[in-house]
Amino acid sequence: MTVLKDLFLHDRKFRIGFIIIILILIIAFLSFISPYEPDERSMPRKNLEPSWEHWLGTNATGQDIFWILTFAVRNSLFVALVSALISRCIAMVNGLFSGYIGGKTDRVLSTLTDSFIVVPRLPLLILLSFIFKDNITLLFMGLLLGFLDWAWPSKRYRSQILSLKEREFTFTAIFSGMKTPKVIYKEHFPFLIPYMMADIISGFLWAIGMEITLSALGLTNLNISTIGTMIYWANYYQSMLQGRWNWLGPPIIASILTVLSLYLLSDSIGAFLDPRTKLKRIMGGGIIRCQ
Amino acid sequence: MPIVEAKDVSAHYITNVYGIEREVNAVDNVSLSINKNEILGIAGESGCGKTTLLKVLFKMINPPLKILGGKVEYNLNNKKFDILTLSDEGFRHIRWRNASYIPQGSMNVLNPVRRIKSTFRDFVGTHCRMGKREIDEMALEHLNDLSLPPQVMDAYPHQLSGGMRQRVTIALATILKPDLIFADEPTTALDVIVQRVVIQLMRKIQSEEKSSLLIVTHDMAIQANLTDRIAIMYAGKIIEEGKTKEIFKNPIHYYTQFLVGSLPKIGDKSHRISIPGSPPPLNNPPPGCRFHERCPEAEEHCKQEIPPLIDVGDGHKVACFKCTANERVVV
Amino acid sequence: MAQEKLLRIDDLTKVFITGGGFYRSRVVAVNDASFSLKSGKPEIFTLAGESGSGKTTLARIILGLIEPTKGSVKYKNREVTQISKKEKRSWFMKEVQPIFQNPFETFSPLKKVDTYLYDTVANYNMAKIGQSVKEYVNEKLGVVGLSLEEVEGRFPNELSGGQLQRMSVARALLTNPSLIIADEPVSMVDASLRMSIVNLFKDLRDDLGVSVIYITHDLATSYYVSDMIAIMFRGIIVELGPVQKILDDPFHPYTQLLKKSIPEPDPEKRWTEETKLSLSSMEKKEFQREGCKFAGRCPQAMDICTSLEPEGFFVDERTVKCHLYNNSN
Repeated sequence: MTVLKDLFLHDRKFRIGFIIIILILIIAFLSFISPYEPDERSMPRKNLEPSWEHWLGTNATGQDIFWILTFAVRNSLFVALVSALISRCIAMVNGLFSGYIGGKTDRVLSTLTDSFIVVPRLPLLILLSFIFKDNITLLFMGLLLGFLDWAWPSKRYRSQILSLKEREFTFTAIFSGMKTPKVIYKEHFPFLIPYMMADIISGFLWAIGMEITLSALGLTNLNISTIGTMIYWANYYQSMLQGRWNWLGPPIIASILTVLSLYLLSDSIGAFLDPRTKLKRIMGGGIIRCQ
Repeated sequence: MPIVEAKDVSAHYITNVYGIEREVNAVDNVSLSINKNEILGIAGESGCGKTTLLKVLFKMINPPLKILGGKVEYNLNNKKFDILTLSDEGFRHIRWRNASYIPQGSMNVLNPVRRIKSTFRDFVGTHCRMGKREIDEMALEHLNDLSLPPQVMDAYPHQLSGGMRQRVTIALATILKPDLIFADEPTTALDVIVQRVVIQLMRKIQSEEKSSLLIVTHDMAIQANLTDRIAIMYAGKIIEEGKTKEIFKNPIHYYTQFLVGSLPKIGDKSHRISIPGSPPPLNNPPPGCRFHERCPEAEEHCKQEIPPLIDVGDGHKVACFKCTANERVVV
Repeated sequence: MAQEKLLRIDDLTKVFITGGGFYRSRVVAVNDASFSLKSGKPEIFTLAGESGSGKTTLARIILGLIEPTKGSVKYKNREVTQISKKEKRSWFMKEVQPIFQNPFETFSPLKKVDTYLYDTVANYNMAKIGQSVKEYVNEKLGVVGLSLEEVEGRFPNELSGGQLQRMSVARALLTNPSLIIADEPVSMVDASLRMSIVNLFKDLRDDLGVSVIYITHDLATSYYVSDMIAIMFRGIIVELGPVQKILDDPFHPYTQLLKKSIPEPDPEKRWTEETKLSLSSMEKKEFQREGCKFAGRCPQAMDICTSLEPEGFFVDERTVKCHLYNNSN
């Protein structure tokens, strides 16, 4: 908690990012108390302007835009979360095996990783979405994205591990009698975990971007409300031509804010957890190495 | 007539990271002069502030380094001016033509993706109006003087060995025949055999051009072999200064005595003692004389007042109450 | 019967093959190295050489961190390359401990330094019955001139290079080793603190009976502290013998060149003649040379030097790999 406090008080990027993401999360959680069901439609209420009853007005199928937005944000975040978790877990396992076992295992895994990197993801996703169309649930989408996003992180984790293996304190630990699993856990994890945490946010970023892209193009299950599908339907009903910014605007702004805040958080957390700045923070009384 | 005169310079590193503010007293009230046609050495251990002093003298002041006071006067072409008040643009005219810098790692100067030839053209071209071919010829001749073969011009830095790179760096720093050359640990990363060549080279260049060379190194053996005068720094202050031969023959300050006495020599297996304790942290320096915690002769007086640098004869200066009271004290 | 040696290196060779496909090149990092350390009488043995001489590779082979291509490393008559991993941990690593060059990298910057000490004691079961771990650790810290209260709970960046290096020595001593391999232990330590670490090695030999292999490029400290010295050049031990003999009066031309190049900390004894650095000090080329690797810059090179690699000739209590000292001449 002191970590959060430190960051919040002293790092402007973190402060801004944190506040925005909290706002986004509040919007997402509001979906649980929505007075309307997500698929409820009511024709008499269609295309209403924003008012006290409907804060952002209603869309062409009579749904309250604000409450739909809450569902949209919640679902998009869910997809991104699933994708980020799956991809980073695969990447971590792959990176650990590749880095620590080395030899043939490393060569095989690296070749596999490299082939995944080369695959063009957007065309593949478009193709797969097309095939599965209406059967795509949020969970499926998350899994699909996750299975395509582990390659680069895996390489990054592997290279971190390779460099950690060569550092002198690794040898000190070995000669202190530590067995390999302990060396990994006690010596290397304190470096790897912060690195992975900053990295997981970038997984989030990619997944949200992909989801919005695919949905806005109409390639996912359009009956489920996500930020991307909101944009799709707003375009379908020509809200830009009709000047109905209250429909198209909110999901766009929501997506920009989400991505922006995630980027700010990842950047500031990354800088904070960088072992070099960490050293500057550790205790007063430290001898400053100046030349 | 000194070519550089620093008066009461203080420079601190002020950092503010995540709410923790720290001020490191790197250079504290230092006064120093460099004469024409001399090699001055600044000695001291790591963390004593010697590199910071060099940066101040060459106006390489970037945050978190901050000048807190004092002035650094250059005396060039019969004009005296304080470089600390000069704008960056103003100093740019002096940089490389009148004053140049040899850093510790050659890769800090050489661009890894450009051939040596292009680096020369960049450097010389920025400071002099000369055509490409003229620059190439000049560079070739200069490299030849430094016994570097002409093939070096077309090479990339990674194709040369460490020693050759450092010699190229020295060539770059001296090609415009500056009056003042600053060198920061120029041979620390080099092998012993190459080190000798580099040191001899620097001596040769200095004696031929009659320029002034300021070399910062913790290696007392190099100081002995290269410099005319030495200034010894400890914890951000100069504690002894004088002619090299004097300092080695007759070190006055207790720190200098330890420093000189602890150096091993081939042919001598007698026991050597080193100084007890370790240098003080510069973000919280001890009051009074900064050496008092490790000094075998410290008195109450030493813990309270900072001893000034006093001339005890023939330019030999010491900052120590006891030493200057008795003139010569041997531990 | 041969007297048992503490450490015996015979014809040790390590070849690195770099690059792949069409651009492979062989670098013989360690080339037929042979030397031994006596048992019974602890000594300080210096492995001296510049960068690219192979001394660090040799140290890593002895520590069991790299496999040699050829040759044997026998510690107390056991072949190190054939010890099982488990036995290594329970016996070999207790006996042979390393000290590394960079005191700030020796310990993880994110961990408190004393944890390494406690770990070593726990992993090797070193604390005697009736004595707490802390007492044992404090005892060893006392040997190196530190105390537990000075270093307890500190992170590496709170201590000086000298203190950290001493902690490194203390950690190595916790297992009561018979041999310590110190890889450039003082090159990153300040001049004023250097001699205290070097003097520590003397104490290890004289008071604790620990032998030390001291790896360095600094011949002055080698002269001061060691008994025997091996000068390495491009993977070859060119001269091997008692340190005073070799450094007072070097036989091999490379040793002579090294000695000449060392600056003396005495302004009265400045260099007078100028050395010229010839081009063939380009590393890779020298490694691939036929015959003696130093022939390219040797002022006394003969015809035979460019075709035949010299074997070790025993002359004046030392072994010199140079045709000039061929006994049959």
